[in-house]
Amino acid sequence: MSAALNETSADWEPLVVAFCCNWCSYAGGDLAGTSRMSYPANVKVIRVPCCGRMNPMFVLRAFQRGADGVLVAGCHPGDCHYSTGNYHGRRRLSAFKRLFEFAGFEPERFEVRWISSSEGDKFAEEMETMTAKIKALGPNRKMRDARWQSVTQSK
Amino acid sequence: MPRIGIFICHCGSNIAGTVDIEKSIEAARGFPGVVHVDEYRYLCSELGQDLIKKAIEEHNLDRVVVGTCSPRMHEVTFRKAVTEAGLNPYLLEVANIREHCSWVHKDIEKATPKAIALLRAAAAKAALNDPLVAPSVEVEKRALVIGGGIAGIQAALDIAEAGYIVDVVEREPSIGGRMAQLEKTFPTLDCSACILTPKMVEVAQHPNVSLLTYSEVEEVKGFVGQFDVKIKQKARYVDPVKCTGCGICYEKCPAKTPSEFEMGLAKRKAIYVPFPQAVPNIPVIDRDACLYFRKGRCQICAQECPPQAIDYEQQDQIIERRYGAIIVATGFDQMNPSHYGEYGYGQHPDILTGLEFERLFNASGPTGGKVVRLSDGKPPKKVVFIQCVGSRDKARGMNYCSKICCMYTAKQAILLKEKVPDAKSYVFYIDVRTAGKGYEEFQRRAAEEYDVAYLRGQVGKIFPESDHLMVHGVDSLSGKTIEIKADMVVLAVASVARADAPEVGRLVGINSDSYNFFNEAHPKLKPVETHTAGIFIAGACQAPKDIPETVAQASAAAVKVVGLLSKDMLQGEACTAEVNQAECSGCLYCEAVCPYSAISPVEIEERYHGGTLKRTVVEVNPTLCHGCGSCTVVCRSGTINLKGFSNEQILAEVDAICLQR
Repeated sequence: MSAALNETSADWEPLVVAFCCNWCSYAGGDLAGTSRMSYPANVKVIRVPCCGRMNPMFVLRAFQRGADGVLVAGCHPGDCHYSTGNYHGRRRLSAFKRLFEFAGFEPERFEVRWISSSEGDKFAEEMETMTAKIKALGPNRKMRDARWQSVTQSK
Repeated sequence: MPRIGIFICHCGSNIAGTVDIEKSIEAARGFPGVVHVDEYRYLCSELGQDLIKKAIEEHNLDRVVVGTCSPRMHEVTFRKAVTEAGLNPYLLEVANIREHCSWVHKDIEKATPKAIALLRAAAAKAALNDPLVAPSVEVEKRALVIGGGIAGIQAALDIAEAGYIVDVVEREPSIGGRMAQLEKTFPTLDCSACILTPKMVEVAQHPNVSLLTYSEVEEVKGFVGQFDVKIKQKARYVDPVKCTGCGICYEKCPAKTPSEFEMGLAKRKAIYVPFPQAVPNIPVIDRDACLYFRKGRCQICAQECPPQAIDYEQQDQIIERRYGAIIVATGFDQMNPSHYGEYGYGQHPDILTGLEFERLFNASGPTGGKVVRLSDGKPPKKVVFIQCVGSRDKARGMNYCSKICCMYTAKQAILLKEKVPDAKSYVFYIDVRTAGKGYEEFQRRAAEEYDVAYLRGQVGKIFPESDHLMVHGVDSLSGKTIEIKADMVVLAVASVARADAPEVGRLVGINSDSYNFFNEAHPKLKPVETHTAGIFIAGACQAPKDIPETVAQASAAAVKVVGLLSKDMLQGEACTAEVNQAECSGCLYCEAVCPYSAISPVEIEERYHGGTLKRTVVEVNPTLCHGCGSCTVVCRSGTINLKGFSNEQILAEVDAICLQR
């Protein structure tokens, strides 16, 4: 078992995986950087072309591998680089969030946000808020059995 | 096993200041498949790029990961570098350890492990990268301009002068647009027709330009370089080859109907040219007004036409052409201010909009150039101009400033004084906005030399009293109420998007703002581009603007088009969807979500138990696909994947990032 699961004390740090669309939110993240804003290093970004590319399986895989929170960020509805990708993403991921809760997860561990390329401040804010929220929730224990298996298998 | 090389950039101290480079290198050496790790002060410099190229050769690398700034910044640079060393550009992966790491975290103890995680994810993805080839698209060296106003005319002329063929589609029977309706232009008081008509003639006679007037775009398919467009040329019922433009037909025509060009203030005939300087000077028959089309008898025009150009049997024609680029320059409308009950528009003939009033100055206008009241034909002695009718009005109109009203009101007040020397103008305004070369001076001249009274405030009510219009307003500077016994009221109504702008936007595939004005790709740096490659915008279809700005934007759009058409081939998108047809179940969900119609069903034959079986699967057209990946998620058989962002690649990144747990 990896160390992260056993640590419940104050020095425990959550892992937040953020899937950001290339055109708006990833660029918003770049702007947060060029504007020298600051947000917790707990957040690691994975670039996807569009939030319509987001297969819920990617989200589940992150939780299975030990992420404590997952955030998907895309262009504001109406502003999708691919015209309609974020509408598909919005519908699919909001349905997925309900299912996620129904399956026994804290729904707050999974969020979808719209962040434009000009919203570096919003990007930093959302990452800050998400990290604080997950920190308060504590480690993702729901999938630790699945994870234990994967950790042993990888050894 | 791949042979991955990792190169970490210090970016001076931009990265090295917050990320421990030594520790990162140490960690990177342990990633699966990594055979070489190096660092450099400025990796994007020529020396830095050489370092990568040399290492590719020396260590026989087949994948490269750079830990640098954002891929949105230098991905292209490094792709070029690895290509020069003989690698496919898509075998490069970027770990964004500057914008997404060193610049947003201050603590080196926290930023370093994050940078390592990002590098690990990039290496894990790179291991799965395939060499990709972007499809080449041939560029059709012909441009389409939609809209034949001053924007469309200018753009077409510029493209034609650069040596490319351009078609101009105009819905009305003549080109000219809004500018043709104007009498004079601010701030120089140039006669609008005198500066516009030579351009109209020039564009019509240019060997590289085809005018398709009385025509509308019906369908736009395809993509940058190859737009397939269907244009409907409406039947004019006049043979353009035979017609000499003599005008006898509309002289003799007995049927009259309100003229659109004169804003309904005058009548035109059923067979007509919209205005005397129309280009082309070929009349059209308005079926809804024509006695022959309505009642089956008349045909006076056909009897009177010397060259026998009238053809009642003419049909609409569909023209199908391919274009490399499209400029949308469809212009603007005036808001109908009827819902402003206090101004009484539409209830009294002497309450006009700015454009209606403009027509009164024109020698070929409804009053033959005499500025008179439409109620009794007398010249107006007191005219009240009301600004911002529908502009800067959150509650009942548009939030924005229509930009041209302050200036044309000053212009009309000056012109009025010249036509009716004892006339007095009053302008009710919120703010007078005169940004532009020579604009402030012009408006000052109106106020100081032409005795125009500027009253800061609003009008609460206008009602007719004997032969006058009583205007009740408030001067917000003095706080006093004002009553003016006016002869005429002119409303500076908001400039709004064309009523069918959303439809046009959908047709060509560009989006609009909340007011239905077309959106530029970037408000500062891409003012004429749209989010759809190969489609550009110019003029007041983007936002209210005056003639100089419109012309500047039209020329800018033309340059973009010329730049595009000067290329023989365009590189398409390399990261496109691909389907394994053997596994495809033919559910066609992917076809439904594809925004580019890049996926289509196709029937294949398969061997099955000794015989053959026909079944439906899908195929992806890589030149149409933009690589959004929506199809991959809905695929029931999980058999459509997105090259460059495959399921396996994204999952590998997830695993690599979560490995620290």
